[in-house]
Amino acid sequence: MARMATTRRVAVSTAGAWLAGFLIFFPILWMILASFKTELEAFAIPPSFLFFHWTLENYATVQERSDYLHHALNSIIIAGGSTLIALLIAVPAAWSMAFSPTKRTKDILLWMLSTKMMPPVGVLVPIYLIFKTVGLLDSRIGLVFILCLGNLPIVIWMLFTYFKEIPRDILEAARMDGATIGRELVYVLTPMAIPGLASTLLLNLILAWNEAFWTLNLSTSEAAPLTVFIASYSSPEGLFWAKLSAASTLAIAPILVLGWFSQKQLVRGLTFGAVK
Amino acid sequence: MATKQTQYLARSLLAPAVGLLFIWMIVPLALTLYFSTLHYSLLDPGSEVFVGLENFRYFLTDPAFIASLKNTLVLVGSVLVLTILLGIPLAMLLDQPVVGRNIVRLMVIAPFFVMPTVSALVWKNLLMHPVSGLFAWLTKLFGLTPIDWFNDVPMFAIILIVAWQWLPFATLILLTALQSLDEEQKEAAEMDGAGGLSSFIYITLPHLARPITVVILIETIFLLTVFAEIFVTTGGGPGLQTTNIAFLIYSQALIQFDVGSASAGGLVAVVIANIVAFFLVRIVGRNLEA
Repeated sequence: MARMATTRRVAVSTAGAWLAGFLIFFPILWMILASFKTELEAFAIPPSFLFFHWTLENYATVQERSDYLHHALNSIIIAGGSTLIALLIAVPAAWSMAFSPTKRTKDILLWMLSTKMMPPVGVLVPIYLIFKTVGLLDSRIGLVFILCLGNLPIVIWMLFTYFKEIPRDILEAARMDGATIGRELVYVLTPMAIPGLASTLLLNLILAWNEAFWTLNLSTSEAAPLTVFIASYSSPEGLFWAKLSAASTLAIAPILVLGWFSQKQLVRGLTFGAVK
Repeated sequence: MATKQTQYLARSLLAPAVGLLFIWMIVPLALTLYFSTLHYSLLDPGSEVFVGLENFRYFLTDPAFIASLKNTLVLVGSVLVLTILLGIPLAMLLDQPVVGRNIVRLMVIAPFFVMPTVSALVWKNLLMHPVSGLFAWLTKLFGLTPIDWFNDVPMFAIILIVAWQWLPFATLILLTALQSLDEEQKEAAEMDGAGGLSSFIYITLPHLARPITVVILIETIFLLTVFAEIFVTTGGGPGLQTTNIAFLIYSQALIQFDVGSASAGGLVAVVIANIVAFFLVRIVGRNLEA
C-alpha cells in the first residue's frame, strides 16, 4: 500500500511551512515596507503594517543625497570583474584537472581548498600595508584583485565537479571522428559545459557582491561598493530608517533574484561538492 | 591515451591558477609571520625592532584575547546549535507535501542572499531598537518591558542576526540530503511498525549525520571570521562584550596601528582555522575518491 498524503496532513504541513517561511522572510519584508514609508511613519509606534501613506521619495533622496548609483556601479564592477577574471583563470585549470588528471590532481584540489580556509583577518595586516604602499587602498582594481583570488578556489572546485560529469566517451568519440582539440572544445565541450559555467558565474557574483570584510577594510569612498555604502548608515547621524531601508532594498534586490535562480548550485558550490 | 603533448598542455593550463593561489597563500602569510616578530607601530614608522616572540606573549596574555576567544567560541557555538536545531525540523517540513513549496523555499532561503551590512542594520534598527523597534512594540503589547538588545544582551543580539543569516544554508543542505533519502526505506520501516519518532531516530538522523558534519565545518570556517555584523552594530562593545578574534585583530591593526601584535593575532587565527580545515579537507577528500 503506497503511503497516501491525506488532505489533512497536507493542510497541516502547508500551514506550518508557510508560517515558518513567513517568519524567516519577515525582516526583509519589513524592510521593504519601511522603504515606502515617510521617516516619521517608519519610527511610529504602534507601527503601521500596510495602511500608511505609500511614497517613493526615499528612493529619490537616496540617489540625490548620497550618489547611490556611484556605489552600485562600484559593486557591479568589483563583483563582475572579479568573477570574470576568476573564470578566465579557473576554466583552463578545472578543464585540465577534469580531463587529464594525474596522480597529484587530488592533492592539488585539496590544497586549493585549503587556501580558502585561511581566515582573511590572518592576512589583513600585510594586505593592508601592501595596498597602502602601492596606492591600491580605496581602488576598484585592488578589490577586484583580492576578491578574485579569494573566490578562485570555489570557482575551480565548482567547475571541476561540473566538468567531471561530462562523459568522457563523447570526447573519445569526437577524437575518433578526427576532431582536433580546438574543434572538440568549441563543438563538443562548450555546449555541455555552459550550464555549469553559468551556475558558477552566478554563485560567484553573489559571493562577491555580498563580500563585507575586504570591502569594509580596503575601501572608504571612491571605490566603496554597496556593502560599505550601507555601513555608512550605522553612524548615529545617519539613522534615517526609511532611507536606510530604501538603499538596502535596492542593494539586495538584484542578488535576491539571482540567488533564487541558483539555489541548487549554492549547496554544491559552498560544500565543495560534498553535498549535491 | 594521454600523449606527452596533451600532458604538457594540461600542465600549462593548470599553472596560472596554481601559481596565483600559491603567491596568494604564501606572500601575505610570510609577511604576517615576519611582522609578528617586530615591534612595529604605524604611528611610529621607521622604528621597527626585532622582538622575537614578544608580540605573541603580549597578544596571548592580553585579557582582551581571552575575552575575544571566549566570545568567538560562544558566537560560533550558539549559531551552530541554533541553525542545526532549527534547520532539521525546517528541512523536514519542507520535505513534506506542501502547497506552494517553491514559494516557501524562496522565502526561507532569502536571508542568505542579504549582504551582512544590510541584515545587521535592519535588525539593529527596525527590529531591535529599544524604543521604536518592532520587538519593543511587541513586548509592550504583552505588557512586558522592552529589551535594550545591544546594551543588555549584545552578544545574544549578534547571535540572533548571524543565526538568521545562516539558518537558510543549514536548511538547504539538510533538505538536499533529505530528498535523497529513499522513500521506500521509510515506508518499509513504517510497515514494520516503526512510529514517526523511531523512524526519525533510526533512519533520518543517521542519514543526516554527514550533511550535519558538513554544515558544522563550513559554518565554522565562516563564523570564525564574522566581522561586518559586529562592525556596523556594536563596534565590539560595550567594553569587549562582542569583540571576537577577527574584530580584535582588526582594531589592533587599523585602530591602534599595532602591526606587530595584530600580526601575531592573525597567526593565532590562522592556526585556529586550520584545525577546523583539517577535518573538512579530510571529509571532502574522502568524497573525492567515491
